Amino acid sequence: MAPPYTDGGGIPDVYGGIIMKIRQQFPLSVKEAMDLDNRVVTLLGDIGVWSFHKAKEEYPDRVYNIGILEQATISVAAGLAKTGLIPVVHTIAPFLVERAYEQLMIDFGYQGLGGNFISVGASYDYAGLGSTHYCPADVNILSNIPGMQVMLPGTAQEFDTLFKQGYANGKPTYFRISEEENTVPQDITFGKANVIKQGGMATIIAVGPMLEKVMGAVSDLDVTVLYYTSVVPFDHETLINNLAGGRIIVVEPYYPGAVANAWMGSPKQVDTYIYNIGVPKKFLVTYGTRQEMDRSLGLSVEGIREKILGFIG
Amino acid sequence: MLGDSAAIKGLKQEILTACYHTGEGHVASAYSILDILYVLYDRVLDCGMIKKNSETRDRFILSKGHAAIGYYAVLKKFGFIEENLDTMCAYGSRLGGHPDCNKVPGVEASTGSLGHGVPMAVGMALGFKIKGNPAHVYTLAGDGEINEGSIWESFLVLNHNKLNHFTFILDYNHSTDRAVDLGDIGAKFCSFGFHVIKINGHDHAAIEKALRWRGDKPVAILAETVKGRGITGMEDNPAWHHRIPTGEEYRMFMEELS
Repeated sequence: MAPPYTDGGGIPDVYGGIIMKIRQQFPLSVKEAMDLDNRVVTLLGDIGVWSFHKAKEEYPDRVYNIGILEQATISVAAGLAKTGLIPVVHTIAPFLVERAYEQLMIDFGYQGLGGNFISVGASYDYAGLGSTHYCPADVNILSNIPGMQVMLPGTAQEFDTLFKQGYANGKPTYFRISEEENTVPQDITFGKANVIKQGGMATIIAVGPMLEKVMGAVSDLDVTVLYYTSVVPFDHETLINNLAGGRIIVVEPYYPGAVANAWMGSPKQVDTYIYNIGVPKKFLVTYGTRQEMDRSLGLSVEGIREKILGFIG
Repeated sequence: MLGDSAAIKGLKQEILTACYHTGEGHVASAYSILDILYVLYDRVLDCGMIKKNSETRDRFILSKGHAAIGYYAVLKKFGFIEENLDTMCAYGSRLGGHPDCNKVPGVEASTGSLGHGVPMAVGMALGFKIKGNPAHVYTLAGDGEINEGSIWESFLVLNHNKLNHFTFILDYNHSTDRAVDLGDIGAKFCSFGFHVIKINGHDHAAIEKALRWRGDKPVAILAETVKGRGITGMEDNPAWHHRIPTGEEYRMFMEELS
């Protein structure tokens, strides 16, 4: 079977350079971790198998196409962790997170084991496939597992940074890969937020791949923009130090709430309003393209700008 | 009972007393697995290696975590814990209604939600194969628990990866007969790639022989057991799955066990 894309090569951009998508980057980042750390073992849910073929050739004992059995896969990964290995599990978001939620919660969360869970599909990347393949709830429900770390890289380079800084820290860590990406990578650190722009009317939090749209929506407005690639752990300090106008506006690429919940756990009480912009909490039944769904849900640049202007008057 | 009967009777009295005093615990399930656990820890596992947390110690995962009181009695008998089992489920106790591997010495996995322990045991077996660790993995589930699909999912992984250093013990006490007909369960295990050994799960010599079996396939021991084994009126009576004896019953059962 022909590979769906040339692995590791990236795709040419209009300027003749190479744009690496996160989905192309992550097998390379995982392979590099495997090169340097023989504890890393990859379990694929019959997804992304081609992109790991080099890793499989080099490390046949550490790369498994484990099959389409997500519940057992998470428990098996926990068993691997118990033997001192560092599992990396990859499949589509709803199957990884929602089908195997109890395994993530009990086998990793409750038992306190480290592991890495890399999903694709995000909220509705597989727009035409319908709700069985959407996962707008993943970030919120994972945030309810004590100790679970939740990462939303916005670019390939950011994935690489987050994965390498976090994969071996002994905690369960979720990496949410999305087709929606930012063009320009930020100089990020695992668990920390970045200040992108400062202004006085409101503080806008752009989560992961929402940054580019947020900047498109507010570049001419007098607002502060913070960029969060880590939802858990949440960087309270950067937010507290950059509050503006008594208003926080969160722009999240999933059902809204995870950042507001994190903010309610802030170590410091600050009198401020908080507004959420995210995927509306309903079953999404339109199909179409991701961009068409973005527009209909108010998550295009124009839709986000309109909502923000409504909040800040 | 074909041996160590005094020890088993003593453990059963301790379990019954703890459940009677605490109002907690699954007595019948604990009695069903007691002979198997006793033989496993007495004759098969190297308790010294487990206590030292040796990397190459053989592992046992009690997948049916609700039989915890039976597990605790055996762990106490073999010196892993010292406390009175009456402390089970008390506030601040390390002995919960289901075992916690971060609290109880000797416990390899926190179980209680059915269908988790067996796949974790499979993952450990895969991990040992990857690392070249000679440790053997034992895990025990009940016939009710194997209704869970995750168990059979993990057997696919076990068989595909030829993880032969693995022994699955089915505590076949027929709990599930009232819900699901398991059909020819031996044939099911055979078709999933196991070497299947059927035994009387209360016959110590047979248990030991089956636990020591090594071959070129993972082993499934189908241990025919009796829930509430050793107490008339509790044996095979579903009402006793999670019932605590009254004062009168407690005295009667203790007498029968003496």
